[in-house]
Amino acid sequence: MKNNYRHRLAPWIATAAFFILWELACRIFNIDVFILPSPTRVVEALYENLDGILVNAAQTLIATLIGFAIAVFFGVIMGLLLGSIRLFYDAMYPLMISFNSIPKVAIIPILVIWFGIGTVPAIITAFTLSFFPIVVNVAAGLATIEPELKDVLRSLGAHRYQILMKIGLPRSMPYFFAALKISIGLAFIGTVTAETIASNSGIGYLMMSASGSFNVPLVFAGLVVVAAMGITMYQIFAKIEKSVTFWALRGEDARG
Amino acid sequence: MNDMALGRPYIELNRVTLGYGHGKAKTVALAETDMEIAQGEFIAVVGPSGCGKSSLLKLVSGLKMPEQGDVTVGGERVTAPLKTCGMAFQNSTLLPWRTLLDNVLLPLEIVQPHGDNFRKDRARYEGMAHALLRTVGLGDFSSKYPWELSGGMQQRASLCRALVHEPRQLLLDEPFGALDQFTREELWNIVQQLWMEKKPTVVLVTHDLREAVYLADTVYVFSPRPGRILSRTHIPLPRPRTAETMYLPEFVELTHALREQIHPQ
Repeated sequence: MKNNYRHRLAPWIATAAFFILWELACRIFNIDVFILPSPTRVVEALYENLDGILVNAAQTLIATLIGFAIAVFFGVIMGLLLGSIRLFYDAMYPLMISFNSIPKVAIIPILVIWFGIGTVPAIITAFTLSFFPIVVNVAAGLATIEPELKDVLRSLGAHRYQILMKIGLPRSMPYFFAALKISIGLAFIGTVTAETIASNSGIGYLMMSASGSFNVPLVFAGLVVVAAMGITMYQIFAKIEKSVTFWALRGEDARG
Repeated sequence: MNDMALGRPYIELNRVTLGYGHGKAKTVALAETDMEIAQGEFIAVVGPSGCGKSSLLKLVSGLKMPEQGDVTVGGERVTAPLKTCGMAFQNSTLLPWRTLLDNVLLPLEIVQPHGDNFRKDRARYEGMAHALLRTVGLGDFSSKYPWELSGGMQQRASLCRALVHEPRQLLLDEPFGALDQFTREELWNIVQQLWMEKKPTVVLVTHDLREAVYLADTVYVFSPRPGRILSRTHIPLPRPRTAETMYLPEFVELTHALREQIHPQ
């Protein structure tokens, strides 16, 4: 039980220590606010601009979640196809790898040409960044099914669809959730990046315009808000993961 | 459809050859093998690693097709995976996201006609699965997950899964290989008991000669690559065989004779 408390408290203590050190460093070395504002200054900026921050944060969150949802939908379909049809895998793999190797920042100008400045490029950038890990993980979950397990089902007369539903899908759930936790962070990165380049709303835009007016505390406030949204979404997926794929944790992690 | 048509054996292999891989990497796993297994017979296949024992199971279950020769089951030539096999392997291959009960129910969700009736007859099928788990001593564990149980218990559940749909043939690929000696002998008795009750045709692949002699009616010894049958030995020991059987002079002699064939002198 004691151990349990320690594990629960540890992340809060580490986070608090980080901000305290940051605060102390700013005060002791008397760091200029234009270079690194202290956490208290960042909180002040957050408070002073709360309305604007909330509106833009909502914009960023919505764009991220839309892009992410599209990535989950198509990522799962793509992953299932790649993982269960060998020919499709062989055909698509080079394309997938090359698309993934393209720096996503580089496609934002193209998106602007196609869709203009606004929410659409942000959604698409979030999608392009978060899509790939989902595809790869779902495919890996399917591709690593024990051959004996397939034999058991095939010798019962199961067809492909049944093997997929009874084994493939549940089996790839832990992989899928691992991908979600990575991808949600990437989706935020995608949205904010696109907003700094090609938008007039959202946290990315807010940070860009704040830095234009040398309001450095507000820039940092934007960062803190994005980080907070990222960790919140991550925690939500981690909770769902624990209840859905408890069997993959094999009881070793009962900290809840 | 009539299995014992004109007294023909239930499973028949006719000059069967099967290889793995292509071109230079190709190895012949099984060469020109003839076999006849009667309905309800318990046969064991022993031999060194890589003698095509597992290939034999894939042929008999229709998971692989022979390159030459043919395999007949119940008087019909095997051209696709048979739909009524029970299988168990060295690792239990239970699904970790299902409880023991749900694992044992898996075949009933798939095999026809059970698959179509599964939803409406679920209670009855659960009763069948429960009864089977009770006979192997897992009655109190049906709501546990496989990873909460010992290897021996998992293997027992795996046997239940292989048998719940009352398959005509039961294919066992070293199912006791990873267990300790005590658990193994306990499971031999469970398998013997289940076989005597339901009389499926059993093909057991094993490394363990004592296991083969203890369980089987007929023991086949295979040579290493390419696998060929070196000998076919009838085991006339009465059933049910018990721990005492292993101390009978006949048992010891039969085991010795088999060992001689695998490692001459």
